[in-house]
Amino acid sequence: MIRPSAPILLPVLIAVALGLSAPAASAFPLEAADTPNDGGGNITLTWEPPAAAPAQWEVLRAQGRGDFAPIATIAGSLSAFHDDSLRNGVPYRYRLVALPAGSALDSEPSREAMPAASWFDTAKLNVFVVIAVFFVLVRFYIFRAEGGKTWTFRSIAGLAAIEEAIGRSTEMGKGVLYVPGVQDIDDIQTIASMILLGNVARMTAKYETPLTVPTNSPAVYTVADEVVKAGYSDVGRIDAYRSDQVRYITTEQFAYVAAVNGIMLRERPAANLFLGAFFAESLLLAETGHETGAIQIAGTANVHQLPFFVVACDYTLIGEEYYAASAYLSKDARLLGSLKASDTTKILLLAVIVIAAVLLTMGQSGFAEFFATQ
Amino acid sequence: MKREVPLLISVVAGVFVLIGFFIPHPVIRTTYDDIQQWVIIVVAFTYVLGVANILRINWTHVSRKEKDWPFKIVLIAGMLLTIAIGMSEGTAYLSDGSRFMWIYNTFYSSMSATMFALLAFFIASAAFRAFRVRSTEAFLLAVAAFILMLGRVPIGNAIHPVLPQAADWLMEIPQNAAKRGILMGAALGVMATGFRIILGIEKTYGSDGGGA
Repeated sequence: MIRPSAPILLPVLIAVALGLSAPAASAFPLEAADTPNDGGGNITLTWEPPAAAPAQWEVLRAQGRGDFAPIATIAGSLSAFHDDSLRNGVPYRYRLVALPAGSALDSEPSREAMPAASWFDTAKLNVFVVIAVFFVLVRFYIFRAEGGKTWTFRSIAGLAAIEEAIGRSTEMGKGVLYVPGVQDIDDIQTIASMILLGNVARMTAKYETPLTVPTNSPAVYTVADEVVKAGYSDVGRIDAYRSDQVRYITTEQFAYVAAVNGIMLRERPAANLFLGAFFAESLLLAETGHETGAIQIAGTANVHQLPFFVVACDYTLIGEEYYAASAYLSKDARLLGSLKASDTTKILLLAVIVIAAVLLTMGQSGFAEFFATQ
Repeated sequence: MKREVPLLISVVAGVFVLIGFFIPHPVIRTTYDDIQQWVIIVVAFTYVLGVANILRINWTHVSRKEKDWPFKIVLIAGMLLTIAIGMSEGTAYLSDGSRFMWIYNTFYSSMSATMFALLAFFIASAAFRAFRVRSTEAFLLAVAAFILMLGRVPIGNAIHPVLPQAADWLMEIPQNAAKRGILMGAALGVMATGFRIILGIEKTYGSDGGGA
């Protein structure tokens, strides 16, 4: 009696021993694959949601040929799941079981998938290409600049006005107020502001004009103090440097505004330079400065603050003008070479936009999709 | 050495952060994350220098009895008192009902909100200057602002249903075009600044302080 059924029972017994239960009658396929472009330890599950989705899915996982065990319960409307607590190089299998139990919507067991760390994020290939092209262009134009090649750029009124503003302060016997924005030293706008501060410090040292730099981050204060000191030293006026020129105020946004406005109203500097990253405080600072009658020059890459500065300041450096300022002020051929690289890259990007638009109009989306970052 | 060492640190940190952006592998990512942690530690140390700067500058004002020196005493006392109370409450200093939070909510929050509220008046005075029609550009700006402001409030739709559509068009087409142009230029400026620092051609970072 036993012998005839043994061939049928044997696979079932083996399956049970391996932790595999027989799939439901309407079992659907479940795809499991290593999540691409990550640091490893992550597998992505995807499936076609059934027409009548269950209330929830229970996700079961098995390591190698081991037993399945539940690892998560997710909404029945989902069609993907990331398991991110895995070991690289270990094979895993998955199953989905519909909840409440008893329905016939369970998935088939997935094929084995093994998480692995990526050595290059291919989703960022487009960014890499643009940066690589830009870097090559920067090197090329710097090489040409070192060989004696010179370029002419359009004049930027705001940059020419910086020296004019410092000169005006000198004639009036008043000081210059330099506000480096409200972001920390890890922000590129603050870094660019520190570079500009070096140029401004050299000018104020040369003209013997008092310079005040209120900062809203202790890290910015530390860097700004060194930059100002180096600026005075560069023009041989280290004796004119005072340790209270650069001040740490506070990291709190509006407390900083109150302090800087107080400096403007009490000390009445003849020139206010707002160069850095600004947010809601931009108009509070610029309007107060306007009330004091100071010549005001602002520069920021925060697009939403530009209108406030345009209205309240005499000159405004917009976006790329702000980043180009140090090259303009220093007149260093190598720095100007990097500006030339920016301009060439801009022309290339405009060509890419035009080509992508034409190809998209013709129904070819591959080129445009390559440059998409979101 | 005073020039080469900061330059070397800038180059190594800059290149590593750039590589870390493209390589998610733990070999790079772990070191990348460690560098970020070092930044936090370095910044924490700069707070000591910052507080010392506040004390030195304001105490000098007080000791010399310079103009408005009593306000400096209030500042120093307020800072020291807040630090002392925060430290006395240990890790619970941010919990509800702590004395530190009472100081924060009662004094700082109200004064901060007051400063922010002033923005309304500053916007009014700035808008008054901005919308004076003295040139063709100023006229276009005033017309665009007029349509936009009317289109974004219920009365605009009541006057004519086309006003909200015109406001949306202004924001989505001309405004977006200009904004994206600025952003693209700024992004290239960011890259150029980064490369200039990495390549060591920015003078401010490489200044040896040795005179002109």
